[in-house]
Amino acid sequence: MIKRITLALTVVALMAGCSSGVKLDDVPVEDKNATSTTGTNSGANSGNTAQSGVAGVDLGQSGRDAAGPVGVSRIVYFDYDSYVIKPEFQSLIEAHSRFIKSGNGRKVMIEGHTDDRGGREYNLALGQKRAEAVRRSLALLGVPDNQMEAVSFGKEKPAAQGNSEDVHAQNRRAELSYR
Amino acid sequence: MALVDAQFVTGVFPLCVTFGFAFRHMFGYRWMPMTTDRITTHPSPAALPHPLRRQVLAALIATPALPALAQFRVEVTGVGLTQLPIAIAPFRGEAQAPQKMSAVVQADLERSGQFRAVDASGAVLDETARPDVALWRQKSADSLATGSITRLADGRFDIRFRLWDVVKGQDLGGQSFVVTQGDLRLVAHRIADFIYEKLTGERGIFSTRIAYVTKTGPRYSLWVADADGENAQSALSSPEPIISPAWSPNGGQLAYVSFESRKPVVYVHDVASGRRRLIANFRGSNSAPAWAPDGRYLAVTLSRDGGSQLYTIDANGGEPRRLMQSSGIDTEPVFSGDGRSIYFVSDRGGAPQIYKVPASGGNAERVTFTGSYNISPSISPDGRWLAYISRVGGAFKLHVMDLSSGTVNAVTDTTADENPSFAPNSRLIVYATQQQGREALMTTTLDGKIKARLAGQAGDIREPDWGPFQKQ
Repeated sequence: MIKRITLALTVVALMAGCSSGVKLDDVPVEDKNATSTTGTNSGANSGNTAQSGVAGVDLGQSGRDAAGPVGVSRIVYFDYDSYVIKPEFQSLIEAHSRFIKSGNGRKVMIEGHTDDRGGREYNLALGQKRAEAVRRSLALLGVPDNQMEAVSFGKEKPAAQGNSEDVHAQNRRAELSYR
Repeated sequence: MALVDAQFVTGVFPLCVTFGFAFRHMFGYRWMPMTTDRITTHPSPAALPHPLRRQVLAALIATPALPALAQFRVEVTGVGLTQLPIAIAPFRGEAQAPQKMSAVVQADLERSGQFRAVDASGAVLDETARPDVALWRQKSADSLATGSITRLADGRFDIRFRLWDVVKGQDLGGQSFVVTQGDLRLVAHRIADFIYEKLTGERGIFSTRIAYVTKTGPRYSLWVADADGENAQSALSSPEPIISPAWSPNGGQLAYVSFESRKPVVYVHDVASGRRRLIANFRGSNSAPAWAPDGRYLAVTLSRDGGSQLYTIDANGGEPRRLMQSSGIDTEPVFSGDGRSIYFVSDRGGAPQIYKVPASGGNAERVTFTGSYNISPSISPDGRWLAYISRVGGAFKLHVMDLSSGTVNAVTDTTADENPSFAPNSRLIVYATQQQGREALMTTTLDGKIKARLAGQAGDIREPDWGPFQKQ
């Protein structure tokens, strides 16, 4: 699956020049890329590559999630500065463990998140701690390690925007996503 | 011809000034065929008088079709202590040229905080003229730069300049360049570097580049811009976050963390060609790339063995080597300039602090002792300073530690500082912060006295990394 997404991204990257999304209006920059790396004649500028040039790469849309267990939330929330799974999320984790084990080699990504206070890399490591806590809980319930991957988005993908404690609480989470 | 005279060879960058990434080709100093035709012909906002400058900026903000133009604007908000008075005469021919060379040079020198511009408008001079030094002394200038720009028959530009010590009446040397329009700004930065080095004795950083990330709506872009923030070019655009760009020591590649495959993985990206290679895509999270000074390997944070831990990995990929074992988080590695130590962040003592460890592994030694949250270390290339972010009463502030004495100073009055990165001459730090609820990039001197804001016109700006000196 990951391979497929990567392949799709690669294809999109190759078609960067005609893709939508953020416009690389500095198109000549990309043309220079074609000139210098593939030898393709890209028009009037070919052979005139600026030495300060930057060749842009434009990636397309990212992949989508598959469905999880019906009627079960996919989000575990955490307290401030905490990586402990609260008792009220135990039934959620049990439902997911049954779902993963019932499917044929079903795979789950556990994505840890933090609120937006502090540094990006350190928050990435904190989010990883949360994801690993969920992974360990699922392992205790018999989910094979090769059907789970714990990763972190740190503070990069907040569920809610703002500075209130309520917003922070919504962002301190681990999400289970099926690929 | 004037340019062949010996004075021109006495420049601080003597015979081989090369540009950009093509340092394999060592051109003679006088004739450097940098070739391009880029579209950026608009006058630089920084080149205009102040009130007008603001209007131009507003116009750019209102024009969504110009995202790559004037991505940044630089404003000096502090006042320097001792500043060298210098007059930059308008280059002969620049009124008809696509780039006002003297204005770019002047803005560079002013932003460093070490120069004060003396008004030279209306002066009719070029590099061949011997200036009336008494006149410039009268205007209280210590030095004077003169030059010219000429469009050649093939469309390229010939730029020449000369620097004068008007106190001693001495010719301090000059340079000449032949380039295409797209590299005119680079030439202006090179001229500013020449002047800076001649007059301060230290290398200038005006011709270096800065990488940073913007988020505009749902799109994330990785940009490469001149050190004055102008001339931003997109290196990567993605629907998923990009963080932690890090310049390779030769300035040709950027390592960064991309979430494009819905998890953090580390790429190394050749900036001139756009070619990318995955160097860390292991199970779990892959992040925090840092180049060893020799450019042959990187330190990264991987969670493949459970928990965020430090590894080193060959720059071409391959099997990572674990640096240490710790029970908590180890992340944000950064090499010292001599390559012997790695500074990093760890919560092994209960709260995040900065530690250092030999680059080959071994025992870690704690470096920060004040406060309960110290992250994002950056070591000055000269090895004397550690910049980092410390949480003080709920505010995240840039701090600078003198590594020889351990003395620490907070150098900002903002509250959400992130991700400091030293200029290659160790004189300035670029960092991300928030001003009026918007993300911004700032530069500051190490004592915090002179700051400049690199202002973007759209979306959020973050994750700056200051590139190395370009090879001479």
